[in-house]
Amino acid sequence: METFNVGKIEEFEDKSKKVVTIGDEEVGVFRLGDEFFAWRNICPHQGGPICQGRIFSLVLENIDSKMESHGRIYDKNKVNIVCPWHGLEFDIRTGEHPGNPSIALDPVSVQVDGDAVYLLIEGKT
Amino acid sequence: MDALIRPATEHPVQEINTTTDTRDYLAKSRQDAERKGYADWLIVDIDAHHVETVSWPEVTSFIEDPVVRDQAKMYHSERIGAPPYGLNGDLGLRYQDVGGRIPHQSSQREKVTETDVHRDVVLTRRAMHGLGVDYMVIFPTPMLFLGMHPQTEMEVFLSRAYNRWLTEKVLPGDPGMVTLVVLPFNTPVEALKMVEEFADTPGVIGYCVTSTRYKPVHANEYMNLYRAIEETGKPIAFHAGYHWQDPSLATCNTFLGMHSLGFAWCNIVHMTNWILNGIPERFPNLKSLWVESGLSWVPFLMQRLDDQYLMRQSEAPLLKRMPSEYMADNCFYTCQPMEKSNMKALECTFDMINAKSNLLYASDWPHFDFDTPSVIYDIPFLDEQAKRNILGLNAANLFGLNKNGPK
Repeated sequence: METFNVGKIEEFEDKSKKVVTIGDEEVGVFRLGDEFFAWRNICPHQGGPICQGRIFSLVLENIDSKMESHGRIYDKNKVNIVCPWHGLEFDIRTGEHPGNPSIALDPVSVQVDGDAVYLLIEGKT
Repeated sequence: MDALIRPATEHPVQEINTTTDTRDYLAKSRQDAERKGYADWLIVDIDAHHVETVSWPEVTSFIEDPVVRDQAKMYHSERIGAPPYGLNGDLGLRYQDVGGRIPHQSSQREKVTETDVHRDVVLTRRAMHGLGVDYMVIFPTPMLFLGMHPQTEMEVFLSRAYNRWLTEKVLPGDPGMVTLVVLPFNTPVEALKMVEEFADTPGVIGYCVTSTRYKPVHANEYMNLYRAIEETGKPIAFHAGYHWQDPSLATCNTFLGMHSLGFAWCNIVHMTNWILNGIPERFPNLKSLWVESGLSWVPFLMQRLDDQYLMRQSEAPLLKRMPSEYMADNCFYTCQPMEKSNMKALECTFDMINAKSNLLYASDWPHFDFDTPSVIYDIPFLDEQAKRNILGLNAANLFGLNKNGPK
């Protein structure tokens, strides 16, 4: 396991990301509140640059108790990264596609120590 | 924390947007192409698009009618914010980019500093490099709605202007860029003239009918056209599109639903008429190519028509074989957007359509549901020869392209 410094915590705003390269690997590091998440920059759909996409909140259908729809709304607590190739969305916390959790991103271990954020990657040395 | 800590390098492209260079956008596809050795394969992309309306004042300067040409010129010089002169279509119902989630579908505002060739040549070259393809067939985009134009003469004016502009100003920029001439299909006599006019034009490898239209493809007025196309030896392609105002599709409240059905529906209707009226029997050497409807509609229609045909043969007396046999033997298909969620179903589809000889790779770049060549290369049930056929050799055979790539 090798450790890579991806920057200071303060460099990451809430709901932001940084894409880094480590050898031939590309990894996206995301901040949501005080938590950090890291995913390999490969979309499981067609291999697109998922982490270089835009961040959107999860979209919900606004259904009332009578099951009538009142349009769509954002769920501000669930935040997705969207693949710029084909639009597949993945929950930044879980890496799962909202409509099919079996389609998921490949995780990378991320750790905060002091004021910095680190990636721990197997087999780089 | 481990004593040995190394810094990670910040990626030069942090977020892809509408200004991102196509080469950066498709960098992962390029890496894939190099890993898989596409340089040693012939790869032909049968369906890619440029946005002709970016160059619309140029295109409309090729309108032959002097009055209409002047009107187009005045329109573009005096109106601000108006849609392209003379074009019908869906105006603002363009939700393909899913609200900004897929930037390359919105627009390609990347820098182009090259001045020796048209901007569209530069963008196409970048896409060809990114996808690893040798030939790319260029289709227009908003003009795919032309079949629904209320003025049939405008379909003629604009399609001829576009064909002339493309073949004179754009295609000469790169030998790998080729096209299928857009036919003003609502006016069969003019479509026939277009076939004759462009039959020997460099870069023209076939003819295109935009499928979003209500004219029956078996109408007698088209027989001269089909005969002429058959004699050129080049295929006729039906490029799918959608028409949200179609009464049944108008019940769909999402682009997702409308697009899923619309792009298949128009070709389902045309194919049904094509087969049941015996066009393959009347013109046995006329090759038809069915573009951008995906593939899953084909086995559906094969089974549906076969089932009904046996009970009502007297309504299709020209047929000497089952409808599905014509669809498998006489028709060619492009794969995109290839439905991949059920690999068994896909394998069955490939078998039913004779994919090893009759299926052609298409990317549909830069649209939101584009496919890279890996959608074919990565299929587990195909051997290497089948992959080579689908990715390029079938197209080379159908269109008479050089199997060693463009010169």
